[in-house]
Amino acid sequence: MNDDHVYLSLTEGDAGGDARWAFGTGFEDPLHGVDTTVPDGVDRDALAAYCLALGDDALISSQRLAEWCTRAPELEEEVALANIGLDLLGQARLLLSRAGQAEGAGRDEDALAYFRDPADFRNVRLAELPNGDFAFSITRLLVLSSWRLALFARLTSAADPVLAAVAAKAVKELAYHREYAAQWALRLGDGTEESRARMVRAFAEIAPWLAELSAAEAGFGVEPGATAQDVAAVLASVAAETGLTVPEATPVPGSGRDGEHTEHLAPLLAELQSVARAHPEATW
Amino acid sequence: MVTAPGLLRAREVAAEVVDPELPMLTLADLGVLRDVAVDPDGAVTVSLTPTYSGCPAMAEMRAAVTARLQAAGFADVRLRTVLNPPWTTDWITPAGRRKLAEHGIAPPGRAPGPVPVALTLTRRAAVPCPRCGSADTTETSRFGATSCKALRRCRSCLEPFEHLKEI
Repeated sequence: MNDDHVYLSLTEGDAGGDARWAFGTGFEDPLHGVDTTVPDGVDRDALAAYCLALGDDALISSQRLAEWCTRAPELEEEVALANIGLDLLGQARLLLSRAGQAEGAGRDEDALAYFRDPADFRNVRLAELPNGDFAFSITRLLVLSSWRLALFARLTSAADPVLAAVAAKAVKELAYHREYAAQWALRLGDGTEESRARMVRAFAEIAPWLAELSAAEAGFGVEPGATAQDVAAVLASVAAETGLTVPEATPVPGSGRDGEHTEHLAPLLAELQSVARAHPEATW
Repeated sequence: MVTAPGLLRAREVAAEVVDPELPMLTLADLGVLRDVAVDPDGAVTVSLTPTYSGCPAMAEMRAAVTARLQAAGFADVRLRTVLNPPWTTDWITPAGRRKLAEHGIAPPGRAPGPVPVALTLTRRAAVPCPRCGSADTTETSRFGATSCKALRRCRSCLEPFEHLKEI
């Protein structure tokens, strides 16, 4: 027995699955020991689809944030972006696990994350767009964290207790993500001519994708468009400080929620899924 | 069969397990140990709550609790995850806060409460330096080595330090 060292303590004692310490295939169930009964009156298929979509938003966002590792402008920002990605990965694991349970077809979080093809993913397309420059990534993080916070605040009273509990935990994390993004948006928008020009461009690039978000949230007590005002208010408060504006834009037709994606999702998934597909069932 | 004194002992053992990323804190100090109980079949059930959704220490905590209880003679150990009510830094005990400060980590202030949907860029309360006590400190990064910590620097003694963020 040795608890003084993280890894030594895992090689002794418990021989069950809990002692495995690995990211990727074989990593233990994030809903381990949670009461996962689906309450009467909750449609299992609807719950599975809803959790899958919200889990996919987080998984794809997390992967994009992780791509900033070794590329961020400063070490502190790299650590911040990776930590935000880690929070979202945790949310993705909980939600994909819940989706798998509700579906009842024996798929766990790994099966859903690693063994679905692009057309089976349900994330909003804004999450899958390439990182672009730092201004684009920050503006996207501001929009997605504001949207997710507004949505999850409503889901804390969802009819499914697991979804409600995941949402209640996530809002606290999302508040930090949004604050981080907002502070950078202010700094860049109110910074040099160059940083401002990049923020103007980022706002223009993001505007056509906003309508998809409002349509993508319907279900579990949330009406489509319920969060639109909240997200607009966040952007307006950043705009008021910096003079930036979100331009009017024609929405891009279609929705990631229907399995329609940009050409950028497939290469992202190829990288995300490569190890699990090359070595299915591997643990380490 | 675990007896009543056995339950007390099981509680003690579980409460002494330390957090892998903040090893100066026990799980009881951190407030993630929600309950230790004996089931009708004699198994010890330990209820833990995660700090952050993505906290990679959860698996390690479960493994450590199981191993420690088994080493103490409790053969049958079950782990239960409690998601509700969600953990906040207000669950950290006074002893836990003192230990953090003793180890150079500024303990969290009061948790901010319900998250407002509207964006407010209010300044958070001053975080005093855990080394010299000066209130003149500045944040160098909102996120530190782990999600739960921010990096700060003291402008009086010039030492950098970590701050466990209010959540």
